[in-house]
Amino acid sequence: MQIEASALSVERGGRIVFADLGFRLKAGEALLVTGPNGAGKSTLLRALAGLLPLAAGRIEVIPASEARRAELCHYVGHADAIKPSLTAFENLSFLSSLLATSPPRPGAPQVETALARLGLGAVVDLPAAYLSAGQKRRAALARLVAVFRPIWLLDEPLTALDLASQAIVLEIMAAHLAEGGIIIAATHATLAIAAAELALGRPARAAP
Amino acid sequence: MKGLPSALRALLRRDLAIGRRIGGAASLGVIFFLCLVAITPFAVGPDQALLARIGPAILWISALLATLLGLDRLFQADAEDGSLDLFLLSETPLELIVLVKCLAHWLLTGLPLVAASPLFGLMLGLDARALGAVTASLFVGTPALTLVGAIGAALTVSLRRGGLLLAILILPLSIPILIFGVAAAAGAVGFVTPFLILCGLTLVALALAPFAAALALRHGAE
Repeated sequence: MQIEASALSVERGGRIVFADLGFRLKAGEALLVTGPNGAGKSTLLRALAGLLPLAAGRIEVIPASEARRAELCHYVGHADAIKPSLTAFENLSFLSSLLATSPPRPGAPQVETALARLGLGAVVDLPAAYLSAGQKRRAALARLVAVFRPIWLLDEPLTALDLASQAIVLEIMAAHLAEGGIIIAATHATLAIAAAELALGRPARAAP
Repeated sequence: MKGLPSALRALLRRDLAIGRRIGGAASLGVIFFLCLVAITPFAVGPDQALLARIGPAILWISALLATLLGLDRLFQADAEDGSLDLFLLSETPLELIVLVKCLAHWLLTGLPLVAASPLFGLMLGLDARALGAVTASLFVGTPALTLVGAIGAALTVSLRRGGLLLAILILPLSIPILIFGVAAAAGAVGFVTPFLILCGLTLVALALAPFAAALALRHGAE
Protein backbone atom coordinates (compact mmCIF):
# COMPACT_ATOMS: atom_id res chain seq x y z
CA MET A 1 0.00 0.00 0.00
CA GLN A 2 1.13 3.53 -0.76
CA ILE A 3 -0.27 6.94 -0.02
CA GLU A 4 0.49 9.83 -2.27
CA ALA A 5 -0.48 13.44 -1.66
CA SER A 6 0.19 16.18 -4.14
CA ALA A 7 -0.36 19.94 -4.16
CA LEU A 8 -2.47 19.82 -1.01
CA SER A 9 -3.94 23.03 0.19
CA VAL A 10 -6.45 23.52 2.98
CA GLU A 11 -8.40 26.60 3.84
CA ARG A 12 -10.00 27.27 7.20
CA GLY A 13 -12.14 30.29 7.93
CA GLY A 14 -11.03 31.97 4.71
CA ARG A 15 -7.34 31.62 5.61
CA ILE A 16 -5.02 29.28 3.77
CA VAL A 17 -3.43 27.06 6.41
CA PHE A 18 -0.93 25.50 4.03
CA ALA A 19 -0.62 25.22 0.27
CA ASP A 20 1.15 23.08 -2.27
CA LEU A 21 2.13 20.32 0.10
CA GLY A 22 3.08 16.93 -1.20
CA PHE A 23 4.57 13.66 -0.04
CA ARG A 24 4.61 10.01 -0.91
CA LEU A 25 4.83 7.13 1.52
CA LYS A 26 5.34 3.46 0.70
CA ALA A 27 4.35 0.52 2.89
CA GLY A 28 6.42 0.47 6.07
CA GLU A 29 7.34 4.15 5.93
CA ALA A 30 6.60 6.85 8.45
CA LEU A 31 6.32 10.61 8.14
CA LEU A 32 6.79 13.04 11.00
CA VAL A 33 4.97 16.32 10.56
CA THR A 34 6.72 19.05 12.51
CA GLY A 35 6.35 22.78 12.84
CA PRO A 36 5.45 25.50 15.30
CA ASN A 37 1.99 25.77 16.91
CA GLY A 38 -0.58 26.79 14.38
CA ALA A 39 1.51 25.63 11.42
CA GLY A 40 -1.28 23.28 10.32
CA LYS A 41 -0.08 19.90 11.60
CA SER A 42 -3.46 18.86 13.00
CA THR A 43 -5.23 20.35 10.00
CA LEU A 44 -3.11 18.22 7.67
CA LEU A 45 -3.91 15.05 9.62
CA ARG A 46 -7.63 15.82 9.66
CA ALA A 47 -7.56 16.51 5.93
CA LEU A 48 -5.75 13.22 5.34
CA ALA A 49 -8.41 11.42 7.39
CA GLY A 50 -11.08 13.01 5.23
CA LEU A 51 -12.50 15.04 8.10
CA LEU A 52 -11.68 18.36 6.40
CA PRO A 53 -12.23 19.20 2.75
CA LEU A 54 -9.25 20.01 0.55
CA ALA A 55 -9.17 23.41 -1.13
CA ALA A 56 -6.88 21.95 -3.78
CA GLY A 57 -4.74 18.91 -4.44
CA ARG A 58 -5.37 15.21 -4.23
CA ILE A 59 -4.68 12.32 -1.90
CA GLU A 60 -4.43 8.90 -3.41
CA VAL A 61 -4.16 5.50 -1.82
CA ILE A 62 -2.51 2.90 -4.06
CA PRO A 63 -3.75 0.30 -4.83
CA ALA A 64 -7.15 1.89 -5.13
CA SER A 65 -9.66 0.06 -2.96
CA GLU A 66 -13.39 -0.03 -2.60
CA ALA A 67 -13.22 1.47 0.88
CA ARG A 68 -13.21 5.21 1.39
CA ARG A 69 -9.83 6.55 2.52
CA ALA A 70 -11.33 7.28 5.94
CA GLU A 71 -12.02 3.56 6.39
CA LEU A 72 -8.35 2.72 5.90
CA CYS A 73 -7.18 5.23 8.50
CA HIS A 74 -6.84 5.29 12.25
CA TYR A 75 -7.05 8.85 13.47
CA VAL A 76 -5.96 9.65 17.02
CA GLY A 77 -6.54 13.35 17.59
CA HIS A 78 -6.27 15.59 20.64
CA ALA A 79 -9.64 14.41 21.92
CA ASP A 80 -9.49 10.87 23.28
CA ALA A 81 -13.09 9.83 22.43
CA ILE A 82 -13.25 8.13 25.82
CA LYS A 83 -16.59 8.37 27.66
CA PRO A 84 -16.01 9.04 31.36
CA SER A 85 -19.02 7.01 32.58
CA LEU A 86 -17.99 3.84 30.73
CA THR A 87 -15.13 1.58 31.77
CA ALA A 88 -11.95 1.38 29.72
CA PHE A 89 -13.11 -2.03 28.50
CA GLU A 90 -16.55 -0.78 27.42
CA ASN A 91 -15.01 2.23 25.70
CA LEU A 92 -12.58 0.16 23.68
CA SER A 93 -15.01 -2.63 22.84
CA PHE A 94 -17.44 -0.03 21.47
CA LEU A 95 -14.72 1.69 19.44
CA SER A 96 -13.47 -1.58 18.03
CA SER A 97 -17.00 -2.60 16.97
CA LEU A 98 -17.46 0.83 15.42
CA LEU A 99 -14.15 0.86 13.56
CA ALA A 100 -13.95 -2.84 12.70
CA THR A 101 -13.74 -3.53 9.00
CA SER A 102 -15.67 -6.20 7.22
CA PRO A 103 -14.73 -8.92 6.65
CA PRO A 104 -13.07 -9.07 10.05
CA ARG A 105 -9.33 -9.64 9.95
CA PRO A 106 -8.48 -13.09 11.31
CA GLY A 107 -6.40 -13.17 14.47
CA ALA A 108 -7.38 -9.66 15.53
CA PRO A 109 -6.41 -9.16 19.15
CA GLN A 110 -9.09 -9.08 21.83
CA VAL A 111 -10.02 -5.87 23.57
CA GLU A 112 -8.42 -7.10 26.83
CA THR A 113 -5.19 -7.95 25.02
CA ALA A 114 -5.05 -4.52 23.45
CA LEU A 115 -5.58 -2.80 26.79
CA ALA A 116 -3.00 -5.03 28.47
CA ARG A 117 -0.52 -4.20 25.70
CA LEU A 118 -0.85 -0.53 26.66
CA GLY A 119 -0.38 -1.38 30.34
CA LEU A 120 -4.02 -0.87 31.32
CA GLY A 121 -4.67 -4.48 32.39
CA ALA A 122 -5.32 -3.47 35.98
CA VAL A 123 -7.89 -0.75 35.26
CA VAL A 124 -10.08 -2.31 32.54
CA ASP A 125 -13.14 -2.32 34.79
CA LEU A 126 -12.71 1.18 36.18
CA PRO A 127 -14.93 3.98 34.82
CA ALA A 128 -12.73 6.11 32.58
CA ALA A 129 -13.53 9.16 34.72
CA TYR A 130 -11.10 7.76 37.31
CA LEU A 131 -8.26 7.34 34.82
CA SER A 132 -5.43 9.85 34.61
CA ALA A 133 -4.84 11.87 31.45
CA GLY A 134 -2.04 9.51 30.44
CA GLN A 135 -4.17 6.43 31.06
CA LYS A 136 -7.02 7.89 28.98
CA ARG A 137 -4.53 8.58 26.21
CA ARG A 138 -3.36 4.98 26.40
CA ALA A 139 -6.95 3.73 26.27
CA ALA A 140 -7.43 5.83 23.12
CA LEU A 141 -4.22 4.47 21.58
CA ALA A 142 -5.28 0.90 22.39
CA ARG A 143 -7.65 1.00 19.41
CA LEU A 144 -4.58 1.01 17.16
CA VAL A 145 -3.85 -2.47 18.49
CA ALA A 146 -7.44 -3.69 18.72
CA VAL A 147 -8.48 -2.85 15.15
CA PHE A 148 -6.18 -3.22 12.18
CA ARG A 149 -6.11 -0.31 9.77
CA PRO A 150 -3.14 0.23 7.47
CA ILE A 151 -2.72 4.00 7.76
CA TRP A 152 -2.23 5.61 11.17
CA LEU A 153 -2.70 9.35 11.57
CA LEU A 154 -1.43 10.28 15.01
CA ASP A 155 -1.67 13.77 16.43
CA GLU A 156 0.86 14.17 19.25
CA PRO A 157 0.62 10.47 20.18
CA LEU A 158 2.96 10.72 23.16
CA THR A 159 1.23 13.63 24.94
CA ALA A 160 0.74 12.95 28.67
CA LEU A 161 2.42 9.54 28.50
CA ASP A 162 5.14 8.51 30.97
CA LEU A 163 8.49 7.27 29.68
CA ALA A 164 7.61 3.58 29.97
CA SER A 165 4.36 4.04 28.02
CA GLN A 166 6.12 6.17 25.42
CA ALA A 167 8.49 3.25 24.83
CA ILE A 168 5.53 0.86 24.48
CA VAL A 169 3.77 3.13 21.99
CA LEU A 170 6.97 3.49 19.96
CA GLU A 171 7.32 -0.31 19.96
CA ILE A 172 3.75 -0.65 18.70
CA MET A 173 4.43 1.93 15.99
CA ALA A 174 7.64 0.13 14.95
CA ALA A 175 5.75 -3.18 14.79
CA HIS A 176 3.08 -1.58 12.60
CA LEU A 177 5.75 -0.29 10.21
CA ALA A 178 7.45 -3.70 10.15
CA GLU A 179 4.08 -5.21 9.12
CA GLY A 180 3.94 -2.83 6.17
CA GLY A 181 1.73 -0.15 7.71
CA ILE A 182 2.04 3.58 7.17
CA ILE A 183 2.29 6.15 9.98
CA ILE A 184 1.90 9.89 9.69
CA ALA A 185 2.45 11.58 13.04
CA ALA A 186 2.38 15.22 14.05
CA THR A 187 4.76 15.80 16.89
CA HIS A 188 7.01 18.20 18.75
CA ALA A 189 8.99 15.43 20.38
CA THR A 190 11.50 13.38 18.45
CA LEU A 191 10.09 9.91 17.89
CA ALA A 192 12.61 7.08 17.93
CA ILE A 193 11.42 5.54 14.66
CA ALA A 194 12.93 5.81 11.22
CA ALA A 195 10.87 8.45 9.49
CA ALA A 196 10.94 11.16 6.88
CA GLU A 197 10.16 14.66 8.09
CA LEU A 198 7.75 17.19 6.73
CA ALA A 199 8.27 20.63 8.23
CA LEU A 200 5.29 22.98 8.16
CA GLY A 201 5.10 26.67 8.85
CA ARG A 202 7.10 29.76 8.05
CA PRO A 203 10.33 29.14 10.01
CA ALA A 204 10.85 25.83 8.27
CA ARG A 205 10.09 27.26 4.86
CA ALA A 206 12.53 30.15 5.31
CA ALA A 207 15.37 27.68 5.78
CA PRO A 208 17.32 26.98 2.59
CA MET B 1 -21.60 -4.78 5.17
CA LYS B 2 -21.38 -7.60 7.67
CA GLY B 3 -19.85 -5.33 10.29
CA LEU B 4 -22.77 -2.94 10.09
CA PRO B 5 -25.29 -4.42 12.52
CA SER B 6 -22.69 -5.14 15.19
CA ALA B 7 -21.38 -1.55 15.10
CA LEU B 8 -24.94 -0.24 15.46
CA ARG B 9 -25.73 -2.69 18.25
CA ALA B 10 -22.59 -1.57 20.07
CA LEU B 11 -23.60 2.08 19.63
CA LEU B 12 -27.09 1.45 21.01
CA ARG B 13 -25.65 -0.42 24.00
CA ARG B 14 -23.15 2.37 24.61
CA ASP B 15 -25.70 5.19 24.47
CA LEU B 16 -28.13 3.35 26.72
CA ALA B 17 -25.34 2.66 29.24
CA ILE B 18 -24.21 6.30 29.23
CA GLY B 19 -27.78 7.52 29.68
CA ARG B 20 -28.48 5.23 32.60
CA ARG B 21 -25.28 5.91 34.54
CA ILE B 22 -24.32 8.85 36.73
CA GLY B 23 -24.31 12.04 34.69
CA GLY B 24 -26.74 10.60 32.14
CA ALA B 25 -30.01 12.47 31.83
CA ALA B 26 -32.30 9.47 31.35
CA SER B 27 -34.63 9.92 34.34
CA LEU B 28 -34.57 13.73 34.26
CA GLY B 29 -37.07 13.88 31.41
CA VAL B 30 -39.77 12.03 33.34
CA ILE B 31 -39.17 14.09 36.48
CA PHE B 32 -39.40 17.31 34.46
CA PHE B 33 -42.60 15.96 32.86
CA LEU B 34 -44.01 15.27 36.33
CA CYS B 35 -43.08 18.78 37.51
CA LEU B 36 -44.84 20.44 34.58
CA VAL B 37 -47.96 18.32 34.96
CA ALA B 38 -48.02 18.85 38.71
CA ILE B 39 -47.72 22.67 38.64
CA THR B 40 -50.33 23.23 35.92
CA PRO B 41 -53.35 22.68 38.23
CA PHE B 42 -51.95 25.34 40.55
CA ALA B 43 -51.90 27.80 37.66
CA VAL B 44 -55.29 26.80 36.23
CA GLY B 45 -57.12 26.56 39.53
CA PRO B 46 -59.25 23.82 41.11
CA ASP B 47 -61.61 23.27 38.20
CA GLN B 48 -61.78 19.51 37.57
CA ALA B 49 -63.81 19.77 34.37
CA LEU B 50 -61.47 22.37 32.84
CA LEU B 51 -58.40 20.31 33.77
CA ALA B 52 -59.86 17.19 32.20
CA ARG B 53 -60.60 19.17 29.04
CA ILE B 54 -57.13 20.70 28.65
CA GLY B 55 -55.35 17.68 30.17
CA PRO B 56 -54.28 16.13 26.82
CA ALA B 57 -52.84 19.48 25.72
CA ILE B 58 -50.93 19.85 29.01
CA LEU B 59 -49.51 16.35 28.67
CA TRP B 60 -48.44 16.97 25.08
CA ILE B 61 -46.78 20.33 25.78
CA SER B 62 -45.02 18.81 28.79
CA ALA B 63 -43.83 15.88 26.70
CA LEU B 64 -42.55 18.27 24.02
CA LEU B 65 -40.58 20.32 26.56
CA ALA B 66 -39.29 17.22 28.35
CA THR B 67 -38.04 15.84 25.03
CA LEU B 68 -36.22 19.10 24.29
CA LEU B 69 -34.48 18.84 27.63
CA GLY B 70 -31.09 17.27 27.04
CA LEU B 71 -31.59 16.99 23.30
CA ASP B 72 -28.80 19.55 22.73
CA ARG B 73 -26.31 17.01 24.08
CA LEU B 74 -27.42 14.32 21.61
CA PHE B 75 -24.47 14.93 19.28
CA GLN B 76 -22.60 17.64 21.16
CA ALA B 77 -21.07 15.27 23.72
CA ASP B 78 -19.72 13.11 20.88
CA ALA B 79 -18.45 16.12 18.94
CA GLU B 80 -16.56 17.47 21.95
CA ASP B 81 -14.75 14.29 22.91
CA GLY B 82 -13.81 13.28 19.36
CA SER B 83 -16.27 10.37 19.02
CA LEU B 84 -17.94 12.13 16.09
CA ASP B 85 -14.65 12.04 14.14
CA LEU B 86 -14.53 8.29 14.68
CA PHE B 87 -18.16 7.92 13.52
CA LEU B 88 -17.02 9.51 10.27
CA LEU B 89 -14.11 7.05 10.00
CA SER B 90 -16.43 4.08 10.43
CA GLU B 91 -17.77 1.92 7.63
CA THR B 92 -21.23 2.51 9.05
CA PRO B 93 -23.08 5.34 7.29
CA LEU B 94 -23.55 8.41 9.47
CA GLU B 95 -27.29 8.37 8.67
CA LEU B 96 -27.69 5.00 10.42
CA ILE B 97 -25.58 6.20 13.34
CA VAL B 98 -27.91 9.20 13.70
CA LEU B 99 -30.93 6.89 13.56
CA VAL B 100 -29.54 4.61 16.28
CA LYS B 101 -28.66 7.58 18.47
CA CYS B 102 -32.25 8.82 18.07
CA LEU B 103 -33.54 5.38 18.99
CA ALA B 104 -31.40 5.37 22.14
CA HIS B 105 -32.58 8.88 23.01
CA TRP B 106 -36.22 7.90 22.53
CA LEU B 107 -35.83 4.72 24.61
CA LEU B 108 -34.29 6.80 27.41
CA THR B 109 -36.58 9.85 27.33
CA GLY B 110 -39.57 9.28 25.04
CA LEU B 111 -40.61 5.81 26.16
CA PRO B 112 -40.58 6.64 29.91
CA LEU B 113 -42.81 9.65 29.11
CA VAL B 114 -45.26 7.38 27.30
CA ALA B 115 -45.19 4.90 30.18
CA ALA B 116 -45.78 7.64 32.74
CA SER B 117 -48.50 9.47 30.81
CA PRO B 118 -51.50 7.32 31.97
CA LEU B 119 -50.53 7.96 35.58
CA PHE B 120 -50.00 11.68 35.02
CA GLY B 121 -53.22 11.83 33.01
CA LEU B 122 -55.03 10.40 36.01
CA MET B 123 -53.62 13.26 38.08
CA LEU B 124 -55.30 15.68 35.67
CA GLY B 125 -58.61 13.82 35.93
CA LEU B 126 -58.73 12.38 32.40
CA ASP B 127 -61.29 9.64 31.76
CA ALA B 128 -60.38 6.17 30.56
CA ARG B 129 -60.90 6.92 26.86
CA ALA B 130 -58.74 10.06 27.01
CA LEU B 131 -56.02 8.23 28.95
CA GLY B 132 -55.77 5.60 26.24
CA ALA B 133 -55.84 8.20 23.46
CA VAL B 134 -53.14 10.35 25.09
CA THR B 135 -50.87 7.36 25.66
CA ALA B 136 -51.32 6.07 22.12
CA SER B 137 -50.74 9.47 20.55
CA LEU B 138 -47.63 10.08 22.66
CA PHE B 139 -46.32 6.62 21.78
CA VAL B 140 -46.59 7.43 18.08
CA GLY B 141 -45.71 11.12 18.31
CA THR B 142 -42.68 11.26 20.63
CA PRO B 143 -40.38 9.50 18.12
CA ALA B 144 -41.16 12.31 15.69
CA LEU B 145 -40.24 14.88 18.34
CA THR B 146 -36.89 13.15 18.91
CA LEU B 147 -36.19 12.87 15.18
CA VAL B 148 -37.05 16.48 14.40
CA GLY B 149 -35.05 17.48 17.46
CA ALA B 150 -32.06 15.55 16.13
CA ILE B 151 -31.94 17.90 13.12
CA GLY B 152 -31.74 20.86 15.49
CA ALA B 153 -29.16 19.08 17.66
CA ALA B 154 -27.00 18.42 14.60
CA LEU B 155 -27.28 22.03 13.40
CA THR B 156 -26.25 23.44 16.78
CA VAL B 157 -23.58 20.81 17.48
CA SER B 158 -20.65 23.20 17.44
CA LEU B 159 -22.32 25.95 19.46
CA ARG B 160 -21.30 26.14 23.09
CA ARG B 161 -24.78 27.09 24.32
CA GLY B 162 -26.87 25.65 21.56
CA GLY B 163 -29.77 24.56 23.78
CA LEU B 164 -31.76 27.76 23.42
CA LEU B 165 -31.16 28.05 19.69
CA LEU B 166 -32.18 24.41 19.39
CA ALA B 167 -35.51 25.16 21.04
CA ILE B 168 -36.11 28.12 18.72
CA LEU B 169 -35.30 25.99 15.67
CA ILE B 170 -37.31 22.98 16.74
CA LEU B 171 -40.49 24.36 18.30
CA PRO B 172 -41.92 25.72 15.00
CA LEU B 173 -41.14 22.42 13.28
CA SER B 174 -42.93 20.47 15.99
CA ILE B 175 -46.19 22.43 15.67
CA PRO B 176 -47.79 19.95 13.20
CA ILE B 177 -46.89 17.06 15.50
CA LEU B 178 -48.40 18.94 18.43
CA ILE B 179 -51.59 19.83 16.54
CA PHE B 180 -52.37 16.28 15.43
CA GLY B 181 -51.10 14.73 18.66
CA VAL B 182 -53.42 16.85 20.79
CA ALA B 183 -56.28 16.42 18.29
CA ALA B 184 -56.00 12.64 18.52
CA ALA B 185 -55.65 12.76 22.31
CA ALA B 186 -58.55 15.19 22.91
CA GLY B 187 -60.83 13.35 20.52
CA ALA B 188 -62.88 16.43 19.55
CA VAL B 189 -62.68 15.47 15.86
CA GLY B 190 -62.53 11.73 16.43
CA PHE B 191 -59.45 9.69 17.16
CA VAL B 192 -58.59 7.80 14.00
CA THR B 193 -58.05 10.59 11.45
CA PRO B 194 -55.64 12.78 13.44
CA PHE B 195 -53.92 9.66 14.79
CA LEU B 196 -53.21 8.39 11.29
CA ILE B 197 -51.92 11.80 10.21
CA LEU B 198 -49.67 11.75 13.30
CA CYS B 199 -48.37 8.32 12.24
CA GLY B 200 -47.68 9.79 8.81
CA LEU B 201 -45.75 12.72 10.29
CA THR B 202 -43.62 10.32 12.32
CA LEU B 203 -42.86 8.23 9.25
CA VAL B 204 -41.90 11.33 7.27
CA ALA B 205 -39.60 12.41 10.12
CA LEU B 206 -38.13 8.90 10.23
CA ALA B 207 -37.38 9.03 6.52
CA LEU B 208 -35.95 12.55 6.34
CA ALA B 209 -34.43 13.45 9.70
CA PRO B 210 -31.45 11.03 9.62
CA PHE B 211 -30.33 12.45 6.27
CA ALA B 212 -30.80 16.07 7.32
CA ALA B 213 -29.02 15.54 10.64
CA ALA B 214 -26.13 13.61 9.06
CA LEU B 215 -25.69 16.35 6.47
CA ALA B 216 -25.56 18.99 9.22
CA LEU B 217 -23.08 16.91 11.24
CA ARG B 218 -20.76 16.45 8.27
CA HIS B 219 -20.66 20.20 7.77
CA GLY B 220 -20.31 20.81 11.48
CA ALA B 221 -17.27 18.52 11.62
CA GLU B 222 -15.36 20.60 9.10
